Amino acid sequence: MCLGVPGKVIAVKDDWIAEVDISGVVIDVGLQFTPEAKVGDYVLVHTGYAMHVMDEAEAMETLKLLEEMGAAAELPDGQIS
Amino acid sequence: MVKYLSEFRNPELAAGILRRLEKVSTRPVSFMEVCGTHTVSISKNGLRQAVPDNIRLLSGPGCPVCVTANADIDRMIAIAAQPDVILTTFGDMIKVPGSYSSLAKEKAAGSDIRIVYSTRDAVKLAQDNPDKRVVFYGVGFETTTPTVAMSILDARQKNVANYSVLSVHKVVPPAMKALLDLGEVTLDGFICPGHVSVVIGTRPYEFIPKDYGIPCVVTGFEPLDILEGVLMLVEQVERGEAKVENAYKRLVTTDGNKIAMETIHRVFEPGDADWRGIGVIPGSGLNIRQEFADFDAARLFAGVEVPPVKEHKGCRCGEVLRGVIYPYDCGLFGKACVPEHPIGPCMVSGEGSCAAYYRYDEKPRTGA
Repeated sequence: MCLGVPGKVIAVKDDWIAEVDISGVVIDVGLQFTPEAKVGDYVLVHTGYAMHVMDEAEAMETLKLLEEMGAAAELPDGQIS
Repeated sequence: MVKYLSEFRNPELAAGILRRLEKVSTRPVSFMEVCGTHTVSISKNGLRQAVPDNIRLLSGPGCPVCVTANADIDRMIAIAAQPDVILTTFGDMIKVPGSYSSLAKEKAAGSDIRIVYSTRDAVKLAQDNPDKRVVFYGVGFETTTPTVAMSILDARQKNVANYSVLSVHKVVPPAMKALLDLGEVTLDGFICPGHVSVVIGTRPYEFIPKDYGIPCVVTGFEPLDILEGVLMLVEQVERGEAKVENAYKRLVTTDGNKIAMETIHRVFEPGDADWRGIGVIPGSGLNIRQEFADFDAARLFAGVEVPPVKEHKGCRCGEVLRGVIYPYDCGLFGKACVPEHPIGPCMVSGEGSCAAYYRYDEKPRTGA
């Protein structure tokens, strides 16, 4: 039930509503909880509301960390970076 | 461009984390996820089997639909049968059986029950049907609750007097505490719910390492998120540490979404809630404040008669929800109880442990 999906804000309309593109489907999403969201941002959408604006820098950092982790696992036994 | 989904499904990166897990993990551990979306993703991606043999991934009370007590479903069914009522609910709840019936059966029998995608749709329905009483069945954890609170604020602002909410909302951290206090399962770590944490932040879990010495990691729902979370838990265990860590930084902060939290507290106040399989947990529920009594279906329909509660014979959903048994250990699982003919809520709900294990999981190597 707590399913949330990332979508891209493509337009901000009146009354706290934005149009958000979720994998090609555009839906109306409430921005009451993320008033800072602007066109071009990715937001987490849950039951028709944006619950958070994605932190792209953190997403990239996590991916970089995971890549390094996998590479580190290739090291000989006992060497955990 | 980052799209935040496919990048976190990369099989090569997953293989790298699994290799690292093999290397780091030296002792048997049991970790519990307390989110139905995690349960489904772990099962669907075969992660229970993919992790090293000494890591057990258990499922806890993470599906709001599943932990809704029969008494609360019976009450909703009784309200749906009242004159001029349109009952609105998220789709998850519709097939879940109460003591004698389900909303789906009542709908077939003539009650006006409608599935909505958002609470906004329920308020709109009330505006469009001024001669009806539109009740929203408020089920869900902290991810969902702000949107329900917002619908009440919205209805008040727009003078939609025929809209109300029956709140059986629950909050997650007290349930984690209740499980630990029951002491039925030995846990070495919690995989904390990602989207609940978007709202509440990571701080509310801090009592778990502090008071119980158990590590917690908040993580997301893609395979890499979950594997990273498992690895961080293993590394804490191996280092002899216990703290709250965040593997979902693209969405989760220490303090969560302050506006969403303020919205919850504006409309709701803490109360007790009855959890299927666990019982009443003090402070784990959310009741509508007196100030919003006009929108509280529990008050508006207080006189409605509800039949005595009856539990389903042989159903072991309670033990499944507490992580005491695997779904396979229930005598009904896969025989009398299958998704097409479910007996307990954990087989009905798409995010129920029994449904997820039935659809995707092989039988585990060792029993619970």
